[in-house]
Amino acid sequence: MAIAADALPAPASRRTLRMTLAGVFGPLGQVFIFVVGSAIVLSVITVLVAFLLRGTRTNVDLVQATLTILPQVIVDGLVRGFLFATIALGYTMVYGVLEFINFAHGEIFMVGAFSGAALGTVLAASGMLNAIPPLLFVLIAVIVGMLVSGMLAMTIERVAYRPLRNAPRLVPLISAIGVSLLLQDGMRLIANVTGLGFNARFPTPNFGPPLQLAQIPAADGRTIPLILDVRALIFIVAATLMLIGLNYLVNATKLGTAIRAVAQDRPTASLMGINVNQIIALTFLIGGALGGAAGVLFGIRVGTVNPYIGFLPGLKAFTAAVLGGIGNIPGAMVGGIVLGFLEAFVASYLSLLTGGAFSGASYADIVAFAILILILIFRPSGLLGEAVAQKV
Amino acid sequence: MSTNSLPHSPFAALNRGPLAYVALTAYIAVTSILMLTNTRTSLGTDVSFVLFLLGFLLLYRARVSNGYKLALGAIMLIGVVPYFGTMNAYYIELAIQAGIFVALALGLNVVVGFAGLLDLGYVAFFAVGAYLWGIFSTDQIAQISPGASPVSPQLFYLFMALGLFVGAFFGVLLGLPVLRLRGDYLAIVTLGLGEVIRVLAVNLDRPINITNGSQGIKSIARPPLPDFLYAIFPGLDNPQLYQLFIYALALLVVGITVLTVFRLKNSRIGRAWEAIREDETAAIAMGVPLVRMKLMAFAVGASFAGVMGVLFAAKQQFINPPTFDLIRSIGILAMVILGGMGSIPGVILGGVLVTLLDLQILPRIATELGALKRQGIVIPDWFDPAQYQRALFGLLLILMMIFRPEGILPDQRRREEAHETAVQEAPEEAEAGEVKPV
Amino acid sequence: MRYQASKLLLTTFLVGALAACAPAPAAPAAPTAPPAEPTPTAAPAEPTPTAAPAEPTPTTAPAAPAMSGKIKIATQSPLSGPQAALGTGIRNGADLGLQDMGKMLTDMGFEVELAPFDDQAKPEVGAANAKNIASDPDILCIVGHLNSGVALASLPTYKDNSLAMVSPANTNPKITESGYQNAFRVVGRDDVQGAVGEEFARTEMKIKSVYIIHDKTDYGQGVAEFFRQQAEKNGIQVLGFEGTEEKSNFESILTPIQAANPDLIYFGGIYDQAGPMFRQARDRGITAQFLGPDGLDSPELLKLAGDAVKGMYYTSVAAPVSQFPDAAKFAEDYKAKFNEDAPPFSAQAYDAMGICIRAIAQAAEKAGGKPSREQVVQAIRDAGEYKGITGAYTFNAKGDPVTSTYFVLQVSDKDGEPGEVWNANAVVKKLDIPAP
Repeated sequence: MAIAADALPAPASRRTLRMTLAGVFGPLGQVFIFVVGSAIVLSVITVLVAFLLRGTRTNVDLVQATLTILPQVIVDGLVRGFLFATIALGYTMVYGVLEFINFAHGEIFMVGAFSGAALGTVLAASGMLNAIPPLLFVLIAVIVGMLVSGMLAMTIERVAYRPLRNAPRLVPLISAIGVSLLLQDGMRLIANVTGLGFNARFPTPNFGPPLQLAQIPAADGRTIPLILDVRALIFIVAATLMLIGLNYLVNATKLGTAIRAVAQDRPTASLMGINVNQIIALTFLIGGALGGAAGVLFGIRVGTVNPYIGFLPGLKAFTAAVLGGIGNIPGAMVGGIVLGFLEAFVASYLSLLTGGAFSGASYADIVAFAILILILIFRPSGLLGEAVAQKV
Repeated sequence: MSTNSLPHSPFAALNRGPLAYVALTAYIAVTSILMLTNTRTSLGTDVSFVLFLLGFLLLYRARVSNGYKLALGAIMLIGVVPYFGTMNAYYIELAIQAGIFVALALGLNVVVGFAGLLDLGYVAFFAVGAYLWGIFSTDQIAQISPGASPVSPQLFYLFMALGLFVGAFFGVLLGLPVLRLRGDYLAIVTLGLGEVIRVLAVNLDRPINITNGSQGIKSIARPPLPDFLYAIFPGLDNPQLYQLFIYALALLVVGITVLTVFRLKNSRIGRAWEAIREDETAAIAMGVPLVRMKLMAFAVGASFAGVMGVLFAAKQQFINPPTFDLIRSIGILAMVILGGMGSIPGVILGGVLVTLLDLQILPRIATELGALKRQGIVIPDWFDPAQYQRALFGLLLILMMIFRPEGILPDQRRREEAHETAVQEAPEEAEAGEVKPV
Repeated sequence: MRYQASKLLLTTFLVGALAACAPAPAAPAAPTAPPAEPTPTAAPAEPTPTAAPAEPTPTTAPAAPAMSGKIKIATQSPLSGPQAALGTGIRNGADLGLQDMGKMLTDMGFEVELAPFDDQAKPEVGAANAKNIASDPDILCIVGHLNSGVALASLPTYKDNSLAMVSPANTNPKITESGYQNAFRVVGRDDVQGAVGEEFARTEMKIKSVYIIHDKTDYGQGVAEFFRQQAEKNGIQVLGFEGTEEKSNFESILTPIQAANPDLIYFGGIYDQAGPMFRQARDRGITAQFLGPDGLDSPELLKLAGDAVKGMYYTSVAAPVSQFPDAAKFAEDYKAKFNEDAPPFSAQAYDAMGICIRAIAQAAEKAGGKPSREQVVQAIRDAGEYKGITGAYTFNAKGDPVTSTYFVLQVSDKDGEPGEVWNANAVVKKLDIPAP
């Protein structure tokens, strides 16, 4: 319930613009500090390990090799982290209000990606795709994805979760697992019937060549470009906007107050004249829309979608949300990015540092879970979460 | 053991009194004969096999003397099923797999149903058991320590016992870090740990080849057939006898599992678990050693999976990492949920039902649809139920949760709770006070 | 309660011990028992149908259908789950094969039927299906599987029941190296394919260094390992060997590749992973050439990767349609019947079906009625060369084709609809290599 833990709002009348701004943009500073901090810490550790292990390899200068790709690994990690962060926002939204893990959130993300792909396919078929400015296309696709996923999430809540709201906590969770499986195969069916195909292409306008941020000299005299894809940049910007928007919505609007009230105490909120069901439905709408937007942005970036792309990122995003302190909006962002860094570092460096004994790309997948376990043992409230006593 | 029969059922009269004995015996005899006289795999045999299995449920629900129930049940399990199995290997394979999954579901039920700890990585222990036998009974062992040779297949039984301990050990290992967590967190952490085990199984072919990675381990040894089997069943060829043997082993393990679980449930430990499930704080206040009891639940649950893993590896003779993926854990969970958390008969029913759905009923529907299609009946191409098994399981989970969360054959206490809630019309926004297993 | 439970168990075992003796079945033989009506005079004059089975010659048809009964040929492949596309292709290919060539058996008087099974790409489901197949005495031959893991789990059952399995897709050496007399395949082997790829890369592409990536499956990792062994032996510098299950976002894998700057990226795996990866690699400005095994052989690769794969090479165990006119017809028929392009291995499934049908027909002639399963296995072993739409097959003692043809193909750089472009892919090299 950490949404509510951000100092209860003063009555709106006494609220000044400055406070609102601080409330909305303040978390950005927090996110920034964590991003820079974790990047530095991880880089230092990696270089240190490379330095210690440099004697084990004769053919490569480990430290040099490590340093050469370091900037790119950080950029990769950042991009990867924003993916987890945007999905984690949706998890955290719903968890903050209902204390319920929407297991199907990864599939909502996937459906968003598919609706964007469908839009792209239709536009491509009509030959209009390259006539549209890329940014406009992104905007339209994101809106479509948000609408579809938001409505879907709301429907799921109405059908599969609301009837179970008073049941033991295990019950809606299992229902959510069911929804997750149903959506995977449902989408597969739709994709097959509509001709999108199991592995659907996400056609986009041409975004041009990636940005070359720098040229890094390598050991053999070559220079390696430091690259940031335009689509990844769009992703990062959009994710930041989503964070700001969500933060504003929750902390500075009447709806946000109602959401926090419901999160804090449902019966009391109901007594205060808040329509609890409506607020919960809206929470799902918002969470789903965020997931849909993330799905579309992800689809644009990687160019392909399939019905199973949502599951693992969904789990990792949950880990990210827990890492940052579940229910805490900036926390989801921080958790996602830290996790992204970790995965990128492991994926890119483990093989190099162990001389190929351990394949980094394979072990990156379990880093998330190892982190999850560690964080839950040592700091169950997450990086940004306050220590909230377990409700008994 | 005998439970309330369905009070409003029109079959109530058949369910008690002398008529019940006659009806039951007749039903079981008829279905057995139907099955035994029609042994070719076909729609009809599938139906009669399911009807026959339904006999167990009827037997369980009927109000007849326990001795009679046991005798009839034993004849069905030890007489009819194996005899039928010698005529059609497929159905005994179904029975074996059902047995394996029933034991797994019973083990998971200890963790989820008794102690109320949602474990989504249960299949990891199954994997540990399977790899234990897989590695030690094949040349794989030589990859780990050069010069070592595979253990004799005779040691299989020892390894089953070892599987028990290794399973329990891993259960504790998993239990330790997640002890402080409750509910949803626990679910996700266990899910993650399950994945960790699978990823390790895929990747531990380097730097030392322990699991043979994605290639899996093949030619896993099987325990030799005891000689007396040949004497008892003259005329059966080796594969048939072997199936019977595996079936007997599976049945034995299930039997021991049921007995253990049953005794645990009604012991001090079982009551402690229940207390933890219902209200952790109150349980601590009453002096329940929380840490020990939770670890115990993990260990007990995992140990069954470890044993079954060993048996599974020997039955299958080939294991590879995809066998132990997340969907399998969810499938086992579905068995527990479907049958009824905490209810032993329910979980057995759930295990059999889900296994049959998976291996028999859905493929059968697909086959029949295919046959219809060939006869010219228009069925759209996308309509192929076997292709959408996940969707079906998903739907099943959702519908069960909405309409019958206590499962098909609920645990008595849980049913009472559900009943209670219904009477009091569930006080609004109740924090699930009286029914709070997690 | 406790007492009752103990009693339950005790009784169970007691009854068990008794029951074990009582209903000792009077040897109900495994359902391999042959024919209902053996017709002793049914040996037709014309011996064996050696003609291409695509057009079964009517010469083999006896004047009067002297044989009767039902014959089923099973398929096992994943029809559900992530690999359903390939698995359904196998079923459909076999279905088409039965439709085209089943005449050979129906002319003899048999009823033929396809019995498709869904192994869900799971070994234990495959094993259960195998028992099901074994218990149906009408099933005389199996076309399957897609996944070697599932095939290896099912083969013990097939062996116990002397059922012939003709695999259209299992390239894992273990399938035929495990001593199963009843396992056949109409495709080459991963060990050879890896070596073919390596040789082509070294001699024709003139590469000096390679970065190898695989998909952590038995297939992809297997072929990648063989490539690596050969590469290391022949002095190609292997800059990295990584496995990943990632399906969409390959940045973290590409970063070390970019730094290592290999001449070649070898990918052991399937097109669904390769497509996005190759495209992302090009997007990043990685200029290394790509190479991969037959898992990449699908128009889907082009659909997913776009321009990134234009002109790239891949090795294959399967002939492209341009090499065999019959395969082109197959592709058309497939599209007409199932409304999609024929996926990889579907044409091989068609041939596997053809081999089954021919063997059954020959065995039936020899046996003068419905043949036994052993006779079918024997017929597959004894029959000479089979000319299918994807090549000519004669089996060696292990069950491999005596010589398999391996191809190196180049993706066409034409523009257009992926399916059509893919059909225009050119064979760069064709190698007939005896099975090891």
